[in-house]
Amino acid sequence: MTEHITESEVGRSRPRKEDARLVTGQTNWTDNIGATGLLHLAILRSPMAHARIERVDVSAALEQPGVVAAFTGRDLAEGTGSLPCAWPVTEDIVLPDHPAVAVDEVRYAGDPVAVVVARDRYAAADALEAIEVDYTPLPPVLDLEDALTDNSPLVHEEHGTNRSYVWPMATGEDYGTVKGRADVVLTRRYVQQRLIPNAMEPRAVVVTPLDASGEYTVYSATQVPHVLRVMLSMVTGVPEHKLRVVAPDVGGGFGSKLQVYGEEVVALVVARRLGRPVKWTESRSEGHLATHHGRGQIQDIEIAATREGRLLGLKVDLLADMGAYLMLVTPGIPILGAFMYPAIYKMDAYEFRCTGVFTTRTPTDAYRGAGRPEATYAIERIMDELAVELGLDPVELRRRNWIGHEEFPYTSIAGLTYDSGNYEAATDKALALFGYDELRAEQAKRNESGDSVRLGIGVSIYTEMCGLAPSRVLRDLRYAAGGWEAAGIRMLPTGKVEVVTGTSPHGQGHETCWSQIAADVLGVPFEDIEVVHGDTRSAPQGMDTYGSRSLVVGGAAVHHAAEKVVGKARKVAAHLLEAAEQDLEFTHGVFSVKGSPEARRTIQEVAFETFSSHDLPDGMEPTINAEYLLDPENFSYPHGTHLCAVEVDTETGRTSIRSYVCVDDVGRVVNPMIVEGQVHGGLAQGIAQALYEEAVYDDEGNLVSGSLADYLVPSAPDLPEFTTGRTETPATSNPLGVKGVGEAGTIASTPAVVNAIVDALRPLGVRDVAMPCSPGRVWEALQSARTGEEAPSS
Amino acid sequence: MTRISVKVDGTTYEDEVEPRLLLIHYLRDRLGLTGTPIGCDTSNCGACTVDLDGETAKSCSVLAVQCDGSVVTTVQGLAQDGEWHPLQKAFHERHALQCGYCTPGMIMAARDLLGENPEPSADDVRHALEGNLCRCTGYQNIVRAVLAAADAEAASSAGASASSGREVAP
Repeated sequence: MTEHITESEVGRSRPRKEDARLVTGQTNWTDNIGATGLLHLAILRSPMAHARIERVDVSAALEQPGVVAAFTGRDLAEGTGSLPCAWPVTEDIVLPDHPAVAVDEVRYAGDPVAVVVARDRYAAADALEAIEVDYTPLPPVLDLEDALTDNSPLVHEEHGTNRSYVWPMATGEDYGTVKGRADVVLTRRYVQQRLIPNAMEPRAVVVTPLDASGEYTVYSATQVPHVLRVMLSMVTGVPEHKLRVVAPDVGGGFGSKLQVYGEEVVALVVARRLGRPVKWTESRSEGHLATHHGRGQIQDIEIAATREGRLLGLKVDLLADMGAYLMLVTPGIPILGAFMYPAIYKMDAYEFRCTGVFTTRTPTDAYRGAGRPEATYAIERIMDELAVELGLDPVELRRRNWIGHEEFPYTSIAGLTYDSGNYEAATDKALALFGYDELRAEQAKRNESGDSVRLGIGVSIYTEMCGLAPSRVLRDLRYAAGGWEAAGIRMLPTGKVEVVTGTSPHGQGHETCWSQIAADVLGVPFEDIEVVHGDTRSAPQGMDTYGSRSLVVGGAAVHHAAEKVVGKARKVAAHLLEAAEQDLEFTHGVFSVKGSPEARRTIQEVAFETFSSHDLPDGMEPTINAEYLLDPENFSYPHGTHLCAVEVDTETGRTSIRSYVCVDDVGRVVNPMIVEGQVHGGLAQGIAQALYEEAVYDDEGNLVSGSLADYLVPSAPDLPEFTTGRTETPATSNPLGVKGVGEAGTIASTPAVVNAIVDALRPLGVRDVAMPCSPGRVWEALQSARTGEEAPSS
Repeated sequence: MTRISVKVDGTTYEDEVEPRLLLIHYLRDRLGLTGTPIGCDTSNCGACTVDLDGETAKSCSVLAVQCDGSVVTTVQGLAQDGEWHPLQKAFHERHALQCGYCTPGMIMAARDLLGENPEPSADDVRHALEGNLCRCTGYQNIVRAVLAAADAEAASSAGASASSGREVAP
């Protein structure tokens, strides 16, 4: 007797299928993968930010015990193309050649210079010491504004400029005209410090050649096995059909594993040259140099409003630090932000310009939120400043300008059509959970009493665009690939089900959630479903996981594919029951004839009948399996209201978060427990930007925060207990009504925290505190306020 | 090369090792016990935490030769007769892991806490796990899971004294 579900799986807090292997240590991280005769790669990296390579000599390394081979950049360049950039945002973008291992010049501390291959990781590391390199130092390029001046040294001399691109956008009325009729115009500069993503699993790659057939399996700690396969083929010339790419268990990514890295290319090229399996595993300190960074922007923002607090226009001028090279989507990251500065607000004019700037630092690229946290920070910070200027409560100013729930769908000034939302509901709920009025009363009392520990309240009301993305929009943005996602359902003869997905989870819980989605449509038990992912051989099509896209595109594709299965199964069931298709009901996995419920076939029985194919409708292809590729019609627009209360000790500069409340609207929720977990983790990373983290470089371009001893990833005592709530306004752009959740917490929380800190200190004359708002920075801001000087902005 | 004898997860191993070989590489590369991962090279992240003679140790900061004659327990040695440790169960039920890379170290550090303090407060848990970084969860569900495991162990030992009942793993 087959089992059937009788209650909806979607909406249940199912503990995850993924957990069994993870809590018992039965995992399959890339670094766990071995092979007979496995060789280990180690990479010699530049100790300088910028230098000409005069000579690289690996001959002494080759003499070291256990060393099998060693390669210079020049050795490896033969037959290997530039590392790819898939998002050349303008036609005239400066897109420098990017060798996997530097040939003539190193352009950031950590740029690879040579590669050693040895029989174990210790021997490989030892041999690096024996490589001789002669460098002629060149001046570093570190300041984004100086880099654009005529007399600046150049990161890429041959291009004659450090300007990669200028990307402008102007929508609505003319900004200058609108500004002319404003009562209030505020301008601010905010600095988005560089961040190091720090997924807990360092990167790793293993390449195994398959006999003499010219086939290779690439195991990589990647978010994007499908993208990687295409790109590795293009860069190395290994034909795509001879490449299998596997993302085994992957320990977090946060955008840092949305990349085609030089080490992946090198591992494949070396395995091909030597005909041996090879492995490279990054150390954490190496990763701080070699895995791409995030953020790194200077934001000049100007807002124009009436005295009553109605927004008229917004102007944004960004300098975005590309680092030394353009990697997979480097130039596009700030452009994703371009659409989010107007956020939840109505206005008449919007002007945006982004200048991409090369520096002699590790390349930047996607990091959780990718462009939207930066945009949200700037708009939500300046909205607070405007509220102060106008003498309005910050929540009230937002209310006066946000899109009302009755106005959806609403096309924002930046041209996005927000399909649904209810900012009022989320805000009202958050204010109540937070005790906003009571906290304001306490704040007033403590300010009056001159308390040395100040209470501050921060507001951040956000929306964001995620669920990347409609392919035609990507075309218009000059992104090289599409934004669809693939799903397949295989109905096995014994009634079990395989769901094949093109998404590539690395902590998100797709195995659990896709099972819930498929179980609901097919009516089969959750436990009978296996989700297949992360291997281009078994899940051959996909666009992978990033940009909070997996559920809204990939999960929705699973829903559609399952519906196709039911449609095919219905034909078989109708035939077997000698009934018309339209006379069949399908409930909880059972087809029955309307009016005669005893005439029934389960979907599992139909699967077996289809397997035997003895009695199928005439002309029917003998399968009820189905595939569905979904190209989304729109982005997804989650939103929410985040409120943060901080206590700032004005004597030590120390900030502690007293309470953090958020109410997010991510549409319909598949698994509330997983959604809550995503929100928690997102909050942690956004708060970390506000308070703790920064990639610090010295004047010579050395990364000072080069290890976890110097780069403050928060630990448990550094973070508060969060209070999370939800409102549910279903998305109208997908059949599940779901919205993305992976990045929401990160996008919203940074300005909530900094707004709270500035709110606490404003009575003392502080107008801004540069991130991360460490005790030192807060103390400096207080000192500057006392002496009437501006605090340094970074 | 130095000869060592180490008992890991109930099995005694005798091996010749280089004096500089780290315990974590010995576990992973020589013994194939890859359940304990490596997260950093400065002993900040705690992903490689194991139990070494009854104390937690970051196995990236211990030499294999220092473990001669020692008893090591890793996350792979926690389940008994196929039954998960209460912490493993609680981490699953309370969604205390996402990517799961920090989980072995978190569980080992939490096990050490519960050994010393069977009834910790949420604050105690946060401070006890200070040396273990998680990038996914924001720690809230980890704290909940450790408190739940403490409750379960308390209930289990109360039950055991009354009726010798045993925790049933999922």
